[in-house]
Amino acid sequence: MTELAVAPPDFAKERAIMEKTWASWPGVTGWLSETGHKQIGVRYIVTAFLFFLAGGVEAALMRIQLLRPENHFLGPDAYNQIFTMHGSTMMFLFAVPIMEGFGIYLVPLMVGTHNVAFPKLNAFGYYIYLFGGLFLYTMFFLHAAPQDGWFSYVPLAGPQYSPGKGVDTWAQMITFTEISGLVVAVELVVTTFKQRCPGMSLNRIPLFVWSMIVVSFMILFAMPAVMIASGYLSLDRLVGTHFYNRSEGGDPLFYQHMFWFFGHPEVYIIFIPGLGFVSSILTAFTGRKIFGYTVMVSTLVITAFLGFSVWVHHMFATGLPQLGESFFTAASLMIVIPTGVQIFCWISTIWSGRFRIATPVMYVIGFFLVFIVGGLTGVMLASIPINWQVHDTYFVVAHFHYVLIGGALFPLFGAFHFWFPKWTGRMYNEVMGQISFWLLLIGFNVTFFPMHILGLYGMPRRVYTYQPGMRWGNLNVLASAGAVFMALSVLTMIINFLISRGSGREAGSNPWNADTLEWSLSSPPPVYNYLHVPTVSGLNAVWDAARDQPYVAGMRFDRREILITHVLDAEPDHTEQLPAHSLWPFLLASTMCIGLWGAIFFAWWFTIGAVLSGIALIGWFWPSGEELHDHILRERGELGGLDLGMPEPAREEMR
Amino acid sequence: MTGIALVPVQSALHSAGPQAASIEHLWWVFFWICVAVYIITIAFFFIAAVRGRRRAEAVDDPAHDRRLGIFVSTCAAVTIATLFGLLFSSVATGNAIGTFGKNDPRQLEIEVTGHQWWWEVKYPDALAPANQINDANEIHIPIHTPVLLRLDTRDVIHSLWIPNLHGKRDLIPGRVNKFWIQADTPGVYRGQCAEFCGYQHAHMALTVVAEAPEEFARWKSHMGEGAPTPMTPAQLRGQQVFLNAPCAKCHNILGLDAYGTLGPDLTHFRSRPTLAAGQLLNTRGNLAGWIANAPAIKPGTLMPPNQLSGSEMNDLLAYLETLK
Repeated sequence: MTELAVAPPDFAKERAIMEKTWASWPGVTGWLSETGHKQIGVRYIVTAFLFFLAGGVEAALMRIQLLRPENHFLGPDAYNQIFTMHGSTMMFLFAVPIMEGFGIYLVPLMVGTHNVAFPKLNAFGYYIYLFGGLFLYTMFFLHAAPQDGWFSYVPLAGPQYSPGKGVDTWAQMITFTEISGLVVAVELVVTTFKQRCPGMSLNRIPLFVWSMIVVSFMILFAMPAVMIASGYLSLDRLVGTHFYNRSEGGDPLFYQHMFWFFGHPEVYIIFIPGLGFVSSILTAFTGRKIFGYTVMVSTLVITAFLGFSVWVHHMFATGLPQLGESFFTAASLMIVIPTGVQIFCWISTIWSGRFRIATPVMYVIGFFLVFIVGGLTGVMLASIPINWQVHDTYFVVAHFHYVLIGGALFPLFGAFHFWFPKWTGRMYNEVMGQISFWLLLIGFNVTFFPMHILGLYGMPRRVYTYQPGMRWGNLNVLASAGAVFMALSVLTMIINFLISRGSGREAGSNPWNADTLEWSLSSPPPVYNYLHVPTVSGLNAVWDAARDQPYVAGMRFDRREILITHVLDAEPDHTEQLPAHSLWPFLLASTMCIGLWGAIFFAWWFTIGAVLSGIALIGWFWPSGEELHDHILRERGELGGLDLGMPEPAREEMR
Repeated sequence: MTGIALVPVQSALHSAGPQAASIEHLWWVFFWICVAVYIITIAFFFIAAVRGRRRAEAVDDPAHDRRLGIFVSTCAAVTIATLFGLLFSSVATGNAIGTFGKNDPRQLEIEVTGHQWWWEVKYPDALAPANQINDANEIHIPIHTPVLLRLDTRDVIHSLWIPNLHGKRDLIPGRVNKFWIQADTPGVYRGQCAEFCGYQHAHMALTVVAEAPEEFARWKSHMGEGAPTPMTPAQLRGQQVFLNAPCAKCHNILGLDAYGTLGPDLTHFRSRPTLAAGQLLNTRGNLAGWIANAPAIKPGTLMPPNQLSGSEMNDLLAYLETLK
């Protein structure tokens, strides 16, 4: 049964069994039936990064078009499609999924477990995301892309003013990414709440994991709103309902409320993981725990709550009553308080730590320089009168790129460099890392800073061209020039990673002397993560570990068994067996695809897809022989049963 | 295609009326406070970084952490105080703008209706509805007079933005938004649609002509008159071309048997500085090109291409040029 023991040096035999237990099937079926969180996480990250490159190419095309007034490089048709694709790609197919990918990869490692809570569901979420993205791009290459912006306001996106399949494609792509987002949220919440290793009470959860918990809850509350918005839009378009049709008693403003009730939290869903990266990187590079851990966690939670009460500041120009709007000004300004407190806590951490510099930290410095500008222009946008002027202008374009690139992309690139040794076992090239950082910092500011001025000088967003004599030409040339540097930065980073992956210096298990549990594993981590479920005795698991830090013994190596613990103090409760590889997630995602893709062309496809999905679900839940066998044994009392029960002294020691 | 050679500055930082002026003032308050906050925060960051670089060992001392706690709390308190200041100045400005002009007896009412992709402008006359003046893509207003714009749309959501006079206000189907503007400096101010409204969102501009009240009255009485009667044979033939070609189905000319409402009113359109919602200067050449093949110039426009012979076109232009 379970007991505590001092780790002996070698477990070769057990490791071999675990390798076999957690191994994937060989070949293509193995790839499709994979349910390991690291593989799925990496797939999310790689896929999202490819979409990021696509979104970057779209941005470059827009920058070329805007180089000159009345330029004919792209017509209104192409330009409107491309800016819609850029926004939709970056928000739905890049920013959120890549953060989710990091969560899927890192959270089980950081909380000391073998896999996420529902591995088959996890794989399903990835395929749904992939298919949604591919669907959007397939339609794009078939010249049937949406062209009403990533927000698809009605009535412009309604059946009357946007005939064709573009908006339906967009709305359906939302459905796909929503499902996948909800899946990841459920995975991460359950994994962190029920699978933390003994000792990791709530107040010892790493800040990155906290950020993912907060984001997951935000996803759970925000996504249904956009699902309603885009679902009603689909119904208006496909079956002739009138949710947004004013002349039939619908309301176009209702769409805006629903969309921004999701749309604003979405921004936080994107940059809160970035805040988690900053905390992780700064902990490692200052050699001390983040100052004000409790404050940091509570400010994350407060930010999440406030994020749901500010959506109307996207609608100040719609002419809502003044008093009501003022409430949203106050709420929007309040966001500064928790974020500001976090920034001052990080500054305190740097002040009192031994501050070392490497590429990940450079990106964190970039985060400070850029994100704070975005925060401050956000303060300006919260003011109703100022918002009336700069709303829907290039000022706003500049603002949210400062927030999202500053708050999410800089930390993300820092995270790439920070965890690269863990993923690959090798170090990236430091010189190239620094070059990529400077290129991004300079390129970004040259691209986006002039946009503030453009907005104040009257340049609206989403214009495919502008007229000579508007005095916008030079600043647009400058912005386009900056984009070249940004592209070079990303290129440098990719080359760096591709080269270093094979030939970089050996990283060892913990090259940064970082504090979270994944750094106690070899690089790259074994397929099963931890041979024995570890225990932790402090916030900074690796630093606080005793030489003979106990681990949980007595769990089976020949089954995919995980330890379930209590929510608050992570006391062991029972063990649970996770399913192994399965093709059903892929098949279910495919059948749902048939229904959802088909539905926008012909409603009956939805029914066909539903029936096929029902069959796939039956297959999904059909118990395997092994599960039946274990069940029978358990009924007879011949299998240990799920309640392992720890010896009392061991429990005491672990608190 | 010639664009507008000389357009007035379209800028939120060159205010010409009280609303824009108070927003501009508020903007600079916010701007300088934010600059100060940025410099201070980044200075803290770099001081901390230099300090942290010098340490051989991270500090592990509760007393030290307590001092850091005081630092963070002080910063938070200053942040909150600053935010309150900003909130009050913002709300005060908002209220001042919100109540501006509402009780002024000199007010003027104008109806602005958005179309894909042009602006319909009407000056209703409450006493004699027949005297309503119809115009497009330009708004004439007398200076020092509060003007109430009633904003509506015929199709999708648009947003009226004349940055030198005021911020934006959306034109939303099914609801009329009231929006007050006022110009104190005479001049021509450019504005354009600020809410993405489809293909030609980029080419949906308008001009506001702010002039002395006497000039405005003169303009208005001129606009109230019907179109001048054609004088030359070419103009007469042109009028017939206008009536027989599809033109009259969509365009209105006061005094003529043409009542179309899909397109802009043409009664005095030659007095307007631009064509196609600010895209083209209102010259004979541009006009000919526009009539012949509008979709080539402005893809997506509802104005169809017109197949007219050379002489028909010349006659039509001769007639249209009289519509001053």
